[in-house]
Amino acid sequence: MGLSNPKAGHDDTTTVSSVSPNWVTTRLDFLTNWARSNSLWPMPFGTACCAIEFMATAASRFDLARFGMERMSFSPRQADVLICAGRLPFKLAPVIRRIWDQMPQPKWSISMGACASSGGIFDNYSMVQGIDTIIPVDVYVPGCPPRPEGLMYGILLLQKKIKGETFTDDSLRVEKLVGPSGLFLPAERVDELSEPFGNSISQTRSS
Amino acid sequence: MTLRTVEMALATPGVDAAGYPTRVPLGVAPENGGYREDLGAEHMLVNIGPQHPATHGVLRLVLELEGETVKRCIPHIGYLHSGFEKLGEYRQYNQIIPLTDRTDYLSPMANNVAFALAVEQLMGLELTERCKVLRVIACEMSRIISHLVWLGTTGIDLGAYTPFLWSFQERERIYNLQEAWTGARLTTSVTRIGGLMADVPDGWEAGLREFTNTFPKTLQEIDTMFTRNAIWIGRTQGVGALTAEEAINLSLSGPMIRASGVDYDVRKDQPYLDYDTYEFDVPIGEYGDIYDRYRVRLEEMAQSNRILEQALARLGRLKGAPINVSDPRVVLPPKSRAMSDMEAMIFHFKQVMEGVKPPAGEAYVGVENPKGELGTYLVSDGTSKPVRWRIRPPSFINLASLPTMCEGALLADVIAINASVDIVMGEVDR
Amino acid sequence: MATLSPSVPALRSEFGSSIERHLVSSGQTVVYVTRDRSHDVLAWLKDTPGQEFNYLTDVTAVEYRDPERPLEVVYQLRSLGRRANLRVKVALDKRGTLEVRSVYNLWRGADWLEREVYDMFGITFVGHPDLRRILMWETYAEGYPLRKDFPLRGHFSRAEQTRQALAANPEAHYSLEELSIADAYGELPKEMQERLAKGERGFLK
Repeated sequence: MGLSNPKAGHDDTTTVSSVSPNWVTTRLDFLTNWARSNSLWPMPFGTACCAIEFMATAASRFDLARFGMERMSFSPRQADVLICAGRLPFKLAPVIRRIWDQMPQPKWSISMGACASSGGIFDNYSMVQGIDTIIPVDVYVPGCPPRPEGLMYGILLLQKKIKGETFTDDSLRVEKLVGPSGLFLPAERVDELSEPFGNSISQTRSS
Repeated sequence: MTLRTVEMALATPGVDAAGYPTRVPLGVAPENGGYREDLGAEHMLVNIGPQHPATHGVLRLVLELEGETVKRCIPHIGYLHSGFEKLGEYRQYNQIIPLTDRTDYLSPMANNVAFALAVEQLMGLELTERCKVLRVIACEMSRIISHLVWLGTTGIDLGAYTPFLWSFQERERIYNLQEAWTGARLTTSVTRIGGLMADVPDGWEAGLREFTNTFPKTLQEIDTMFTRNAIWIGRTQGVGALTAEEAINLSLSGPMIRASGVDYDVRKDQPYLDYDTYEFDVPIGEYGDIYDRYRVRLEEMAQSNRILEQALARLGRLKGAPINVSDPRVVLPPKSRAMSDMEAMIFHFKQVMEGVKPPAGEAYVGVENPKGELGTYLVSDGTSKPVRWRIRPPSFINLASLPTMCEGALLADVIAINASVDIVMGEVDR
Repeated sequence: MATLSPSVPALRSEFGSSIERHLVSSGQTVVYVTRDRSHDVLAWLKDTPGQEFNYLTDVTAVEYRDPERPLEVVYQLRSLGRRANLRVKVALDKRGTLEVRSVYNLWRGADWLEREVYDMFGITFVGHPDLRRILMWETYAEGYPLRKDFPLRGHFSRAEQTRQALAANPEAHYSLEELSIADAYGELPKEMQERLAKGERGFLK
């Protein structure tokens, strides 16, 4: 069924599953996606301030348990969604890459906060300018830190995304590994994503 | 003036020959931690972190174990190094205030105050009365929320999951107050050079009064849960002890040094913001183990509550007083004047475009942050951006004592000792 | 607000010309000492009755924007009993070797503080038992971040920095002390393996 190796024989751009979507597969999709989205076990990769807001979201006032996410999985092997809450310096980059690689499919990731999404206010020598240069990201939650309601909205968006998936599409579950060049994205793309933009260009003006 | 923690005879069986408190035996411990020399066993290298639920952030501990006993403990930090001090050299002084929120993100208002005090010392500014009282309120609220996080997370590390929810519920009440005042729950940026970002809104004082009236009840519940709890005592008494001489030599500060019996509190020794006019006690421990640190922090929260009540009374007397210094080179003029008066318009323009310019010189100001003595060392060359912004990080220096405390302890104790240091990695790594 | 610390005349009478100059800035006393006697001065300040600066508040360094001014190593001292502060500075010529004696044997708190100054400025502390990088990783090749000739975003391009970061094996970041029993020994740089084999436990250049 959908378990065929996507790399065997055909090229990656036009992956065609051996099963065509039909009424049965959509019913199975509905069941699978409902189960997956309502019991996402988060892998809280909390580094900085966003981790505190994540803890506050999990605590009693905002409560992640109603999304089925109260079981924090600190072992990546048992987690579904990696929530990168906080800034990511270069020293931590191989760690998050390794943890992402250790998570089994199906897996998703939420980049929580401005620093995880784009480097935030830390446009300097030590900070990764957005974790999407290291791992694939499904949902970006802006904010510094995002309010717990904002994180919950991001989780609801992820649930919506999951509900729109289908198991007949193999390309969704392809492991995007670090390439032979040593990078996850092409070098030009990394430089492009990391360029300063907006106000940060004027910040270094001296006076 | 200082309050020694009472009831130390509670369950301490006494001290051993070296002066360290002996442990309460919870069961029959195998000798030598279970390690059998005669079997020719090797030492084991265990890596904890940097991603780990109990390291309180991205800390990596490499332990060399002989059975269950730690022979060497080597902490690795830098996994959250964000280049704050480098960034500060490219920012104007008021632009650095939002950066200070993010070093110790558990007590952001206290960091804002610490930095602003350093710049004001450099410039020789005298703050207004109302500003000082509001800053004291900000610092003490920060102390309470920081100690509440410490309590909740240490409880989780030692297996007590419920107080985490209680402490976070109390934090939410302070977060409401912070949000009403500054607009943000966590990254408050409440101070500006020469004053504050804004005065507290109407009805805010009633909210804070309600908090101070009901907070002691929560502290009482936590006290009931932990202080006489046999498991808590067994896991914390006698563990991770440091003598007073060691604490001073290791440059510890805050509850870490006070639990070891050293009477050093920056609020009492080098008062700032008129702390010498408030009535409060400083709890001092006796044995320097984890239990003492717990007692010290718990009592500090009660004392912070006491300071908040006094500050609220003063705030009531200072209704309508100004919160910013009246120096137009430092504080933005009111918009109505900036739009009508040429001089005010020029001051506004210069401050926004160029920023506040302290005279050339340097200053070090230490404040009593919840984690310890947070120092800000600023070197200025007369321009609007500092030459050097150095954060003297209490958590970094307190964490350096971890190998000393862990050697000879059991593996499970390492987690408890690490929790008792009360670190925040944003401040350790900056 | 200018209050000169009474330690300054005492230092001058004890050490004479090794005390270069002193000043008072924002009400705080700063004393400049020569590099060759910095350790003696600090030991004297710690141990002498009447001075008793038993608490080392901070060790850091400053580089000025003016390229002519030397690098300064800053020691912030406190006497807990006398409730007194003092700032001692050692000026290091940027064109010479950046090294100064470590005060680890006086205050153990200097351990990580000096490592951080080494990491950020490249100043070597002679006599420190384990001087290696602390905030950046041990094989960090871009330089010393807090120097003024180090650009804010680093020397390498973002892609290069990301590549170097991802290439690092997280387990290979062991200190020389740990490496005696580490599994990742085989993946260490050759140079580090050789030094380990020679029995070195000191700092990386």
